[in-house]
Amino acid sequence: MNQKSTWTEFKNECITDKMFDVGIWILIAAAVCITLYPFVYVVSISLSSGEAVNKGIVTLLPVDINLDTYRMVMAYKDLWISYGNTFYYTITGTCLNIIFTCLAAYPLSRKRFFLRKKMNFLLAFTMYFSGGLIPSYLVVTGLGLYNSRLAMILPVLVSAYNVMICRSAFEGIAEELFENAYLEGANDFQILLKIAVPLIKPTLAVLTLYYAVARYNDFFSALLYIGKQNLQPLQLFLRRILLMASTEIMQASGNATAASAAAQSTIQIRYVCIVLSMVPIVCLTPFIQKYLVKGTMLGAVKG
Amino acid sequence: MIRKKLSKEEKKMLFRKNVKRDKYLLLMFAPVLIYYLIFAYLPMTGLVMAFTQFKAGSGMMGLYTGSFVGLKWFIQFFNSPYAFRLIRNTFLLSFYSLIFGFPIPIIFALCITQIKNKYLQKGTQIITYLPYFISTVVICGMITNLLSPSSGIINQFIVKAGGTVVNFLGEPKWFRAVYVISGSWQSFGFNSIIFVAAIMGVAPELYEAMKVDGASKVQTIRYLVLPSIKPTIVLLLIMSLGNLLNVGFEKVYLLYNSGIYETADVISTYVYRQGIGNQNYSYATAVGLFNSLIGFVIVFTANRLSRKLTETSVW
Repeated sequence: MNQKSTWTEFKNECITDKMFDVGIWILIAAAVCITLYPFVYVVSISLSSGEAVNKGIVTLLPVDINLDTYRMVMAYKDLWISYGNTFYYTITGTCLNIIFTCLAAYPLSRKRFFLRKKMNFLLAFTMYFSGGLIPSYLVVTGLGLYNSRLAMILPVLVSAYNVMICRSAFEGIAEELFENAYLEGANDFQILLKIAVPLIKPTLAVLTLYYAVARYNDFFSALLYIGKQNLQPLQLFLRRILLMASTEIMQASGNATAASAAAQSTIQIRYVCIVLSMVPIVCLTPFIQKYLVKGTMLGAVKG
Repeated sequence: MIRKKLSKEEKKMLFRKNVKRDKYLLLMFAPVLIYYLIFAYLPMTGLVMAFTQFKAGSGMMGLYTGSFVGLKWFIQFFNSPYAFRLIRNTFLLSFYSLIFGFPIPIIFALCITQIKNKYLQKGTQIITYLPYFISTVVICGMITNLLSPSSGIINQFIVKAGGTVVNFLGEPKWFRAVYVISGSWQSFGFNSIIFVAAIMGVAPELYEAMKVDGASKVQTIRYLVLPSIKPTIVLLLIMSLGNLLNVGFEKVYLLYNSGIYETADVISTYVYRQGIGNQNYSYATAVGLFNSLIGFVIVFTANRLSRKLTETSVW
C-alpha cells in the first residue's frame, strides 16, 4: 500500500480513530528518534572537527567534517590486531558452533536413538544449572587454556538452547525421507550431510547469526582467559579505550603533548572506536531482518 | 503398555543391540557428550568446593582435594554485611527491569502493527532492534560517555535547560535508573518481535468483522488484539519471572565503580571480585552456588506456574 491510500484512509476515519492514529505515529516517531539519536550523535562527533566538538556545538549533525581522528585511530596497530583476533574467533568459533550443534541435534531428533531421553535431559539440565564461575574457571585454566586462543572457542562450543531449536527443525522433516535413505543403504552421517542439513538451511542461518553475534560480542571469556594483549579481541580493546580511559592511541600518534586538544580528542577517539566496531554488525542488518522474525518464533514454539 | 522386567542378561543384550543399531548416532554424539562432560558437568562436580577449603596453588585438582569445612562459607556470607545488599540489588535490578521493560515491547508492537505500509514497518523494526546486537562493551561505553559529567551530551542538555550537572554513574541513587532505562532502550525493539508476530497471527476476518460491527481502532485493540495475544504475554511474563535472579554480569561490571557498590554491586560481580580478584575460590563458589540454587528454584516454580496457567511449559 502506498502513502496516498494511507492518507485517503486516514481522511475517511472518524475523529477518535484519527486521534488514535496521530498518537500511534507520535509514539513510533519517538521510539525511532530515541533509538537512533545516540548513534547519530556518536557518528557526528566522530566526524566533526576537534574545534567544533570543543565548543560543544555538535548536537545532531556533524560540524566541519574532518577525518583526522579516523586517520589517527586507524593508524594504531593494536586496533587491527584485536579486530583480526575477533574475526578469527568469530569465524572459527561459529563454524565449530554450527558443526557441533548439528552433531548434537541430529541424534536427539531421531526417535529410535536409545539414549535420546537421557541425553536430552543431560543437555537441558545445563540450561538451568551450572557449576558457576569459579569451578568453570578452574577447569578451563586447569586444562592449560589460559592465554590460548582455544579458551575463546572451546568453553562455548554448543548452546543447549540452540541445539533444541535445531532439533525441532530436524524433527520437522518428513520421516519418509529418512526411511528411504536407510533403505538405499545410507548411514546417519550421509543422511545428516546430504538430506537433513540442506533441508533446515533457514534454521541454520538463524543459528549462525545468533552464534556469530555472540562470538563477535563475547567479552566475558576474554576477560577471564585472555591476558596477553596480542590475543585480545576487539571487545577488550574497546573496554580499554572506552571505559578505562586509556590514552594509548593518542600517545602512539605522538599528539599527547598538545594538552589543550587532548581532553576533547579523547572523546572523539572513543566515538571513532565505537563507530568502527559497529561496522560489521550494521553490515549484518539486512541478513538479520531476513531471518530474525523466523528465528525468534523458532525459540518461542520449541516448548 | 506393559513393560516386562528385564533380567540383567537381557538388558545387556538389548544394550548391545541398541549400540550396534545406533553406532553412527553414538559416534556423532560422542564429541558433544565429551564437551558437555568436560565443560559443564566437570565444573558442576567442582561445586563440592563450596564445602571445602581450597588449597592455594592446587589448580584444577583443588576442586576435590580441599579439606571439608561444612557450611562455613555460607555462614560467613550470610554474616557479612554484603549478603543483604547483594541480594537486594540483584533482585531490585531485575525486578525494575521487568516492571519497566516488559510493557514497552507490547505497546510498541501494538503501534507498529498499525502501520499499514510494509516498508515503513520493516524499516522501523530494523532500526529499533539494532541496539540489541551491539555489544555490551560498546553500549556501556556509550552510556558512560553520553552521561559523563564533563563532556556528555545529556549533561550539556541539562545545563542548557538550566539544571545542574548530574554525575549519573558517580552517585548510588542513579545507578538503577541508568541500568533499567538503558536496558529497555537496548532491547524493546527486539523483544517486540514476538508480540508483532503474535498480533500478525490474528485472523484477518476477525478484523473485518470488527470493522463491520463499527468498532473503533481502540475497541479493536481492547476487545480483539489484546485477548488474542494474552497467552503469549502470560508465557513471556512467566519466563522473565524465572530470570528474576539472573542479572547479567557484564553490564553491571562495566558500569559500576567502588563508589556506587551500595546500589550497583550484584551477586555475580561480587563472586567475580572475590573469586577471580581475591582468589577466595571456595568462598566465591559458595556464594555462586547459593545464587544458582535460588535461581533454579525460581525457574522451577515459574515453570510449574506456566504449566498450570497456560498449559505450555518451557520444559
